[in-house]
Amino acid sequence: MAGSAASSIRIAPVSGYVATKATSEPAVVRWLLIAAALLFLGIFLFIPLGVVFVTALHKGFAFYFQTFRDPDTLAAIRLTLLSAGIAVPLNMVFGVAAAWVIGKFDFRGKGVLITLIDLPFSVSPVVSGLIYVLLFGLQGLLGPWLIAHNIRIIFAVPGIVLATIFVTFPFVARELLPMIQAQGNDEEEAALTLGASGWQTFFRVTLPNVKWALLYGVILCNARAMGEFGAVSVVSGHIRGLTDTMPLHIEILYNDYQFVSAFAVASLLALLALMTLVVKSVVEWKSSQQLKQQALSGGEENS
Amino acid sequence: MFIRIRRRKRESMSIVFKQRSILPGFGLALGYTVFYLCLIVLIPLAAMFLKASALTWHQFWHVVASPRALASYRLSFGASLIAALINLVFGVLVAWVLVRYSFPGRRLFDSVVDLPFALPTAVAGIALTTIYAPNGWLGKPLESIGIHAAYTPLGVTIALTFIGLPFVVRTVQPVLEDLDKELEEAAASLGAGRWQTFIKVLLPTIWPAAITGFAMAFGRAVGEYGSVIFIAGNMPMKTEITPLLIITKLQEYDYTGATAIAVAMLVVSFVFLLVINLLQVWSGSRREAGSARDFGPLNADLKPAWEKGGSK
Repeated sequence: MAGSAASSIRIAPVSGYVATKATSEPAVVRWLLIAAALLFLGIFLFIPLGVVFVTALHKGFAFYFQTFRDPDTLAAIRLTLLSAGIAVPLNMVFGVAAAWVIGKFDFRGKGVLITLIDLPFSVSPVVSGLIYVLLFGLQGLLGPWLIAHNIRIIFAVPGIVLATIFVTFPFVARELLPMIQAQGNDEEEAALTLGASGWQTFFRVTLPNVKWALLYGVILCNARAMGEFGAVSVVSGHIRGLTDTMPLHIEILYNDYQFVSAFAVASLLALLALMTLVVKSVVEWKSSQQLKQQALSGGEENS
Repeated sequence: MFIRIRRRKRESMSIVFKQRSILPGFGLALGYTVFYLCLIVLIPLAAMFLKASALTWHQFWHVVASPRALASYRLSFGASLIAALINLVFGVLVAWVLVRYSFPGRRLFDSVVDLPFALPTAVAGIALTTIYAPNGWLGKPLESIGIHAAYTPLGVTIALTFIGLPFVVRTVQPVLEDLDKELEEAAASLGAGRWQTFIKVLLPTIWPAAITGFAMAFGRAVGEYGSVIFIAGNMPMKTEITPLLIITKLQEYDYTGATAIAVAMLVVSFVFLLVINLLQVWSGSRREAGSARDFGPLNADLKPAWEKGGSK
């Protein structure tokens, strides 16, 4: 699936490879390769990260905190939190349902379902926003009906929430799916034969086994929901103080040449990104611990 | 036994939608999933195709093949191709270094590779523009040797390289981690030099994964908006990317024009989705997703005794 290997958790992050003379390069070559790789990563990853924080603090801490007292900035932060607060739980429920149905059952049309779930990854964010404008906008399919009932979706908060949901709904499903597939059906079937109801089985057998993948999926979904720019840019109308999310507000500040303020808001999102990376490392570590425990106890359930 | 054969025959003669299972919740979960997908994905997509179908072929081509649109395709696809190629080469290098060598800070670098996934595109956009602007950290040295980075196609390529960086690294890493050391030892014992071993033994093994990562990076780069919009310069016919062209048409209330170009982009995206899925089937990663490979310690127990002294 597009992007699946790229963003999913790897359970065995550290290679057990032991180099011997026959299978390793001369030390000079090794260090040259390491230097080249680290230089590439340094230029493309660390410098952009550094410039965000350095520029944000360019005028000192006082100015930095002053930026967050601006009412438009606060409104942007509130709207970002609101849209993420609606989109993430909805997508989490969807992700769990989709992972359950795809991971535990065999049915025709499974491939189509998986492809549909992967769709937002291959569609440009601008196109993602456009499809909602074409449905709910003034000239859209439902446009006249919405105007007649005085409901505003495009250029208002509901449109932003919808676009955010579209762009982020695959994340939880795709993080959960490999985990649920790897767990197999045995434990759930055992629980059912022992008399557990469906919901009991789900909450006490399935969920504890996949809790780390679920957590990571939710964190990733949240990070993307708060940071989405292209799709929200199309549906929001950029009305300052009303339909600006944090990324849109960053664009406005930047285009107004208020660079330090723009980077101050950006630094919040960058901190969120760093936290996401930290959570990913923790989840990878915990998952490998969990698997090791399961292997040691001979595959018995360990929760 | 006679009865069992009859039952099997009856099952194989009917069209089976779903394999028998005692697990509950199929109907509920499938129903909710399909409902959600219809609401969020299918109906809006249908609206777009409906809108596009209002155009005649002639009108459609007039918009999709206009000089301005063609110039934007050249920029979007060209820069994405170059960026994906850069990521192909350096992605394999980074994956190799992260898997095979140990050095101080290796885990840190390994985690940071995912930064382009986690960082919002707008933040990446303004950061990259500030760095490569004429008075920026890297822009100034580049200007002094006559290279203009920001507001040119070069800037667009740099931004798209940032965006696609994790794809090749993360698809090649698992393959490298799973490589059997015995392959290389065999090659070495047969007299191959290290470079020969890399080209003839290792590279063909990681090639499918690398190509998959390349295709994913390319697909992502073509549609990218937030990271590129600040560094691009956005001059029509010169530094305007296709997503920006769509937005410009929307702002001019040219909904049909925007839809036409969006449909063209969507068709290309679908083709890419198909290509990537086929590539993944080819490289066997679909088989491997969630398979025994992920149970590192368990896998060791499944190997016969004479293999246990091996790589893992």
